Amino acid sequence: MSSARVVITGFGAISPLGISSSQMWQGLSGGRCGIDKIKSFDPVGFTCKLAGEVPEFKIQQYVPKTVRKSVKLMSRDIQLSVVAANEALISSGIVTKGIDAENVNVDPARFAINLGAGLISCDLVELAPSVAASVTDGKFDIKKWGKDGLELVTPLWLLKYLPNMLACHIGIIHDIQGPSNTITCAETSGHLAIIEAAEVLARGGSDIALAGGAEAKVNPIVMIRQCLLKRAATDNNDMPASACRPFDADAKGAVFGEAAGIVVLETIENAQSRDAKIYAEVVGAGQSCSINTAYEYIEPDGKGLQIALEKAMADAGIGPEDLDLIIPHGTAIPADDRAEAAAIEAALGQAAAKVPVWPTKSMLSNTGAASGALDVIAAVYAMNEGKIPAAKNCDKKADGCILNIVKQPQEINIRYVLCCSYTYGGQTAAIVLKRPE
Amino acid sequence: MIKKDTTKRVVITGMGIVSPLGHNVEDFWQAMMSGKSGMAKTTIFDASTFPSTFSAEVKNYDLSKYTKNPHLHKYSNRGSGFVIGATTQACREAGIDIETDEPADNIDRTKMGIYLGAGEGSVDNDVFFEAIVKAWDDENHQMDWGKWAEVAFGRMDPMCELEQEPNMPAAHIAMLTGARGPTRSCLTACAASTQAVGEAMMLIRKGAAEVMITGGAHSMIHPLGLMGFNRLTALSTRNDSPQTASRPFTISRDGFILGEGAAILILESLDSAKNRGVKILAEVIGYGSSSDAFRITDMHEDGRGAIQAITAALADAGLTYKDIDYINTHGTSTAENDSIETKAIKTVFKEEAKNIPASSIKSMLGHLIGAAGAAELISCVLAIQNNTLPPTTNLNDPDPELDLDYVPNEPRKAQVDVAMNESFGFGGQNNVVIIRRYQG
Repeated sequence: MSSARVVITGFGAISPLGISSSQMWQGLSGGRCGIDKIKSFDPVGFTCKLAGEVPEFKIQQYVPKTVRKSVKLMSRDIQLSVVAANEALISSGIVTKGIDAENVNVDPARFAINLGAGLISCDLVELAPSVAASVTDGKFDIKKWGKDGLELVTPLWLLKYLPNMLACHIGIIHDIQGPSNTITCAETSGHLAIIEAAEVLARGGSDIALAGGAEAKVNPIVMIRQCLLKRAATDNNDMPASACRPFDADAKGAVFGEAAGIVVLETIENAQSRDAKIYAEVVGAGQSCSINTAYEYIEPDGKGLQIALEKAMADAGIGPEDLDLIIPHGTAIPADDRAEAAAIEAALGQAAAKVPVWPTKSMLSNTGAASGALDVIAAVYAMNEGKIPAAKNCDKKADGCILNIVKQPQEINIRYVLCCSYTYGGQTAAIVLKRPE
Repeated sequence: MIKKDTTKRVVITGMGIVSPLGHNVEDFWQAMMSGKSGMAKTTIFDASTFPSTFSAEVKNYDLSKYTKNPHLHKYSNRGSGFVIGATTQACREAGIDIETDEPADNIDRTKMGIYLGAGEGSVDNDVFFEAIVKAWDDENHQMDWGKWAEVAFGRMDPMCELEQEPNMPAAHIAMLTGARGPTRSCLTACAASTQAVGEAMMLIRKGAAEVMITGGAHSMIHPLGLMGFNRLTALSTRNDSPQTASRPFTISRDGFILGEGAAILILESLDSAKNRGVKILAEVIGYGSSSDAFRITDMHEDGRGAIQAITAALADAGLTYKDIDYINTHGTSTAENDSIETKAIKTVFKEEAKNIPASSIKSMLGHLIGAAGAAELISCVLAIQNNTLPPTTNLNDPDPELDLDYVPNEPRKAQVDVAMNESFGFGGQNNVVIIRRYQG
């Protein structure tokens, strides 16, 4: 069986900090915050009124004319992924049918895609007329809905909301015919998709892969769920920029957002054969699972995350002292932050107090299935620019937190970065990236 | 990553199922041997006025029969509830100890992972629809989010909301089994659990796990799911005859039947299975995944993606098209799938195509969507164990264009050593897994 090395040769991101990965990096470097009051709907009555929303973009610009009809089947999650995929491919120099049909330089059958996606919630404004037309004595009448209401819903309604449609739309636009998967492990999805795509490449299943994740969490259904679970920050509605405070003593919860992050992964042989610029190598991966009867949180000692961290370092053949940077999940839910810090401490031992830790969600918000992929892209930028920006909103570390949260921007030589994530429901993941020699 | 050039063999050591055809493997098999149908009028909610009024439900399921800690799963959605039963059965057969805190089964829990193809849980229907009714401003064609939030905050249960997330069945399995190995959940529509089993095999092959609890769990028998598929006109509307409605490969086929359930297989490295001295049910030898990259709404006319997935699985297994004894088809009973799948089989299997029995158990089971592939893989293992092919029932008026051996109407004795399962998802994601009779 093949066992190829896997490298990153391109990346694209659309996030609350901008509609490209370079805008995201500029924002992160400048300590800019992408969190603000929710604009896409009026969050009156919501306990958390903040979100990380993506600046305006025109989806048509990213979809070739030949398939532009398909835009009407794209939920917001799908649109975001299409934008990020486009940038990722352009940055890699891979020419697909969707980039330039005349000059394709990739074999579609050897091209894979693996995306993390969320539970896509429907647009209630779109659904409501059919429901409102199905009322008897002031109550929803499902008999009426089944008989008359259904006709008012657009026939292809369901196809907008199936999580696998992100990969399918991108696959159609860019003619990706190789292995295709959709990971639905909530906030760990982005990392798991990148890990699995790297596995597909390593075992010879394809030469090139698009991998990452996308999710649009700024939907009333998603927001109310996070509010009900008391995961969302509710005390800082008047201070958007300082609302999300990972590992900070005043952390009050997460702020959710929307984004897509996609990287181009390639076997090193394939990248070298086409003289592609190599930005990073995926050298280690680890996964496990938190076991907690209160499964909206991870277990207090972070055991499941600790196992993933240890496996990733072992897989990379490195020790804690080799790490130059950790990008944690850091979602600013105090119990989860504590558990994550405990996991890092347990996995890294003494190095846990030394290795710089740089959480990004204070600026990017928690973008669910996209978040891990955004962090990998941020890691690639940090590595290639030799720079770790300052963490935002961690002014006074939470009691007992020994992590070295980056206070000031640092210019340093970065060889190894570790990114990790976990999610409600328990899945955990860690990735080790290495700067190319 | 540290690359190990391994060619680890992967075997199946346990199976469990909760389905419309029975709540254990034996009942499931016997139901298929007698050509039973899992279809009946929908009872989970009032679907009496929908275009399709029937479905394949799991009936009389009692989660507390399978675990001494049912309270841990009290919020479970239908899929994550079913998965507790299926996982418990599979673990018992494989000798995985989930009853005690210090399991004595010789399995390192960090080497025991989970890979599910699993779908969403239903929305909390009463509140969901009531909140919309209260908040819809018809005049201005907009939602009053304040009113909506008031109903939602007042009546939505946080844990029931959380249970709608597709990674929840995996969370329940972790609580049930203590698995700490690689844990993933995928949702490639109707192909999800075949993909899960294939990727789980790959994780064992590469040494990331010794044991994988894999398969699928899903129920789309909920108002939004039924509405969605009815609007796509993908479902049979043969409301006057639910039991004969799923009729793959016939001229009168008019769509699939929504089903639900969970199916779990325990995959294990051959070394681990031997060390533990457990019975080996079959070997998993090949997996192929592909993408149609054609249209969101249609399969590629020639079955391009299906062909690539089948070809990749054969290559992965080191087999040729002459080596397959039985195909468990995707066979949904939709006009498009059955004819394109037939075309793809003919392309790959050439002159052998008509000699390979290829049946669709969806004729009896219905379409378990995310859980379908794993249920079908279990039927492949049973076909090998019993040297018997499950039939395609309701095949009384064959489509003249479709001329493979679909094992019509009656189970059939046949030597089955190598079986292949095909699953094709909406949007064009295709997955194929090949299993073989275990020989030492």
